[in-house]
Amino acid sequence: MFQRCSGHYVATFAVDEVRVLRKVATEVVGLLTDAFDHADPVVVRLFPEAYPDDAADTAEFRRYTEGDLKTAKIDQAGAILAALPDDAGGEVRLDGEAAEAWLRALNDARLAMGVRLEIRDSTDLGAELDDAVATDPGSSRMFQLSVYAYLGYLQESLLSALID
Amino acid sequence: MAAPQVAPLETPDTDEVPAPDRPWVTIVWDDPVNLMAYVTWVFQKLFGYSRGRAEQLMLDVHHKGKAVVSSGTRERMEHDASQLHAYGLWATVDRA
Repeated sequence: MFQRCSGHYVATFAVDEVRVLRKVATEVVGLLTDAFDHADPVVVRLFPEAYPDDAADTAEFRRYTEGDLKTAKIDQAGAILAALPDDAGGEVRLDGEAAEAWLRALNDARLAMGVRLEIRDSTDLGAELDDAVATDPGSSRMFQLSVYAYLGYLQESLLSALID
Repeated sequence: MAAPQVAPLETPDTDEVPAPDRPWVTIVWDDPVNLMAYVTWVFQKLFGYSRGRAEQLMLDVHHKGKAVVSSGTRERMEHDASQLHAYGLWATVDRA
């Protein structure tokens, strides 16, 4: 999907893909700003305890790193929003820096969805999707699972374009 | 460095000399979401590891549940951990 093209990383998105990406990136920004809550398991995953056995050291680490980390994560989600066409299908063209921001932001979005969907090592995404299609294709879980799978596919494709 | 001109009268008791800064480590833990190729790329990117070394570390994380990815002073390890957090890896800091 993403291809390297004279120093840039280029992909064409359908309008539905643009909408999904905008929604997902906006949700991540929301989670990091207005809805920020240390008790939210997604926040726990995005801001891991540096010292799992020492609450005081973890708090100290947070005091020094959390602000910058939050800003970095908001900025990288913003890189997705900034590069998307306005509510239409179209081309996304990223320079090296934007491509890396997209990779990190896609990863944050996948981590957030992975927590909500309770993705485990043993989770078989294909089988889960088949199940969801057979039982309730209109369910919210079905939609979330397919977005999660799509983001993984997109991240992998951008990474391949960057590495190869 | 200039040599002392007078020998010290007492040699310091080695037990009282502060221990040199013990090496600390940054540990990355396995996670069901992060893509293997992405984790390898992050190790190369952040630590300048070769593709082979980064892949081996990624496989250690995957198969053993965790791997030490860097070691050094505590300040440095906290820096590494926060960088890894920016990339979405699950990293912690511990004594070596």
